[in-house]
Amino acid sequence: MSAKVVAGGRFQFPTKKVAWSIVGWLVVFIFFFPVLWMWLESLKTEPQAASSPPTILFLPTLEEFQTVLSGDFPPFFINSAIACIGSTILVLVLGLPAAYALAIRPVKRTQDVLFFFISTRFLPFAASLVPLYLLARDLQLLDNIFALGLIYTTINLPLGVWLLRSFLLEIPPELFEAARVDGASFATELRRIVVPLIAPGIAATSLICLIFSWNEFFYAVNFTSSTAATTPIFLVGFISGRGLFYAKLAAAATLASLPVLLAGWIAQKQLIRGLTMGAVK
Amino acid sequence: MNSSILRVGNGGVQSAASVARREAWLRRLPLVPAFVYVVLVTQIPFALTIYYSFFSWNLLKPGSFKFAGADNYARLLTDESIRTAVLNTVVLTLCVIGISVVLGLSVASLLNSEVFGRGLMRTLMIAPFLIMPTAGALIWKDTLLNPLFGLLPNLLGPFGLGRVDWVNRFPMATVVAVEVWRWTPFMMLIILAGLQSQNPEVLEAARVDGANAFQAFRRITLPLVRPFLELGALLGSLFVVQTFDSIYMLTYGGPGEDTTNVPFLLYLVAFQGFNIGQASAIGVVAVILTTIVATFALRTLFSIFHVEARH
Repeated sequence: MSAKVVAGGRFQFPTKKVAWSIVGWLVVFIFFFPVLWMWLESLKTEPQAASSPPTILFLPTLEEFQTVLSGDFPPFFINSAIACIGSTILVLVLGLPAAYALAIRPVKRTQDVLFFFISTRFLPFAASLVPLYLLARDLQLLDNIFALGLIYTTINLPLGVWLLRSFLLEIPPELFEAARVDGASFATELRRIVVPLIAPGIAATSLICLIFSWNEFFYAVNFTSSTAATTPIFLVGFISGRGLFYAKLAAAATLASLPVLLAGWIAQKQLIRGLTMGAVK
Repeated sequence: MNSSILRVGNGGVQSAASVARREAWLRRLPLVPAFVYVVLVTQIPFALTIYYSFFSWNLLKPGSFKFAGADNYARLLTDESIRTAVLNTVVLTLCVIGISVVLGLSVASLLNSEVFGRGLMRTLMIAPFLIMPTAGALIWKDTLLNPLFGLLPNLLGPFGLGRVDWVNRFPMATVVAVEVWRWTPFMMLIILAGLQSQNPEVLEAARVDGANAFQAFRRITLPLVRPFLELGALLGSLFVVQTFDSIYMLTYGGPGEDTTNVPFLLYLVAFQGFNIGQASAIGVVAVILTTIVATFALRTLFSIFHVEARH
């Protein structure tokens, strides 16, 4: 209960609220701590980062960020950006018309089509991995960032269709009828009505695509080796062989996580909707 | 649109049936590119996976491609490492989902009650889910759990628990812990949405009628958030079944085969052993097992859509 002014004007101390707040903040602190620790480590020097007992008080330095950024990290980051942005655009280009056909002027057996799309999202990668790998190998597309982008499109398209459809369903049907009476074509309808009205939906869809493709590791590790390797692959180099470079590791991990962390925080409201494919708003 | 509408075209009257057919195709047209793409990249490869699963084929041995009947499947039944992998997958999925749903429900209840700084709490709480899994695993393994330089052994030292090599001594528990850390925020978000859809006046009324907090939670809140719990658990399990990143980074499936789950085994068979036939058979079995879980997940998803549609 919040602080209340009870009858007579006396202030009542919100004991319950304070107690629950303390419990809540403790829990949140525990969950957030690894992220905080990552940030702290990234601002230390190497000896401070791996000291025993751990260094708590220190003078922050951006040295390790400089080391990472001036080293071999940027190409990995750029590859990730190409694969993510490219696949997101493709998801929107393919997904928006499909969502339209499933929401505005629904085709027959819409449920079945929706079911089919989403079932491919949850098909384990085991289902198509081997043939895709062989195909990529035969077409000389292994270690090609655009091929990886095509795979990410496959991963995200079903989500995109579902999510965009859930936003399209919210547009009042009268708008489309009016447009049709005015003789608007499908393309005009998309451009004039659909895109402006579901701009937040398009943003949410892009965000979810970004989260899943930016963090994707399995295909990245198996389909790329050097030229097309993405950000998560850069981090693999820290598993062993490079010794104890905690500060550098933490700086790289911070930079690698930054785009999705920021996007997720900015678009918190859309996050649940995206993760549940539009089922929960 | 009614299919029996007659339309006067450029050249005269078209038959009702052909107009209806045209109309149906026009409606379907926007769907075609996405549909074709998905079929090309998922269905045809899956058909090939089934095909390959009946062949003995190792990429490292040229000319080894030959029909093997059901040999690959027979090996699935007898091979110890496959049984271990399936068991590990089940254990990992059940533990991660079970724990993160309970924790997610608790945290969501906390965030739904009146506490200071709810918005900021929520913001910080979802961070573990957004952090790149490979990055998260590295941070846990090296900077937090490393027996010599990690934070936890240093903090626990005074309690006689110092210098424990968590990753090697409790490999599965470590993987579960890191995955729970990642999936609890996901569950929390979904469950919180459920809690927030609850009308506070109903709870207030129950309290007036003499229900205590526990009764109110069990009788009123729980039935309401149940579909959200189910949705979170089922969607979550479809992702957790596929766990690969943190196993690769934390334990590489080891020690021995202690943390090798089905996706990791597939990786070993396909990309370390290049045994295409065997990997394909694993793929087919994985699809069958996942389909069972997915069917339930989709049913829940559709039922939530229907509930919403009724509002």
